[in-house]
Amino acid sequence: MISEKTREAFMGPLNKNNPVVVQILGICSALAVTVQLKPALVMGIAVTIIVALANVVISALRNTIPGRIRIIVQLVVVAALVTLVSGILKAFAYDVSVALSVYIGLIITNCILMGRLEAYAMSNGPLDSLLDGLGNGFGYMWILVVVAFVRELLGSGSLLGFRIIPESWYVANGGVYENCGMMVMPAMALILVGCVIWAHRALNKEEIK
Amino acid sequence: MAKLNTNSNVYTIVYATVLVIIVAFLLALANAALKPRQDANVALSQKKQILASINERNLGDKRSEEAYNALVKDATVGDLAFYIANKDGKELYILPVRGAGLWGAIWGYVALNDDRNTIYGTYFDHESETPGLGGEIKTEKFQNQFIGKHVLNAEGQFVGVGIMKAGQTADGMEQVDAISGATITSKGVEAMILNSIQPFAEAGFFEAQGAAKACEASEATEVEPVKEEEQL
Repeated sequence: MISEKTREAFMGPLNKNNPVVVQILGICSALAVTVQLKPALVMGIAVTIIVALANVVISALRNTIPGRIRIIVQLVVVAALVTLVSGILKAFAYDVSVALSVYIGLIITNCILMGRLEAYAMSNGPLDSLLDGLGNGFGYMWILVVVAFVRELLGSGSLLGFRIIPESWYVANGGVYENCGMMVMPAMALILVGCVIWAHRALNKEEIK
Repeated sequence: MAKLNTNSNVYTIVYATVLVIIVAFLLALANAALKPRQDANVALSQKKQILASINERNLGDKRSEEAYNALVKDATVGDLAFYIANKDGKELYILPVRGAGLWGAIWGYVALNDDRNTIYGTYFDHESETPGLGGEIKTEKFQNQFIGKHVLNAEGQFVGVGIMKAGQTADGMEQVDAISGATITSKGVEAMILNSIQPFAEAGFFEAQGAAKACEASEATEVEPVKEEEQL
């Protein structure tokens, strides 16, 4: 049977303890990669994999890590994993690695990683840490997808690169529709994340402090 | 075993050293094992980019390799390398271009028709431009705008192609539309074309090559102007 704590490690970050809308972590990359849906998805998957693996490694080493250099040890593990994953992608899925080029580097700076390693993996077992990593990765991903969905649909009139708003509707082609130029600006991501937080708080009254 | 004091200086230093050695060894091993595959991917990707500049896009790995070997040869003018492609009985000149976008490097290939003036096709790529903004230089929609534009002015001097916001007019050169919200990347592409092809102009690509061509096929050049006049 799965204990309540183990279940919470995975389910918590998806809603009640979401890294983006509750812990307000990983905002910077949420702004950078949500202009289109595809990079948002890929970034979400990449972060999920790395945070889950790093959580397991750090959790396994947690009793041996010297307290005074623990952040450095965490950083070395994350950087090594990111470099490995990037190298493997470049060798076996070159197109994906090209599409990801910027984001792979951004993963190291994602505060969710260091946040989870320090707050969870340093004091919990490898299995719980794995689930916590996956939960936080998915929790991060779904926020990114919601924001990117709105931004790509309203900002570019497409989803995952496929055209949703027909070309003939546009003013340039004699129609009446115009893309919302604001949506492609980074500031809109912040406003949309704000809207998601608002909706989340409204649905979870106990979150309001 | 007695419990280690994980806070002692010796333990900390030994731990850090061992950890770094292990990580460095793993990464070096992975790098050595993956390098040949990565290099092959990079080389193939470059071939695909060159093919894209002559409008041979999305061929897949195997067909790209075949098409590249069949169509494209290396060439030089002075000490500048470029590529010559033979497509549909026409000679196309593919010039590599390199420059800076907003966040990082941008690069590409500009293919010129056998008049060494009209653009046959272009390909641009970027390292870290924003998706949806500067990243749009990678789209066919942006690249295809360049087809048919001339890089020389009426006096035969190399001037490049202007990339302009809606409503602006380029001075003394032909122009295409910039990407809205990505002015710096758009201007970066304009500067890249100008700066990367300028050395070719200085090396005599536009004049000497034309002259060389006249020597190569003197009969043909004698006939061609007459034809043009007839058409006019």
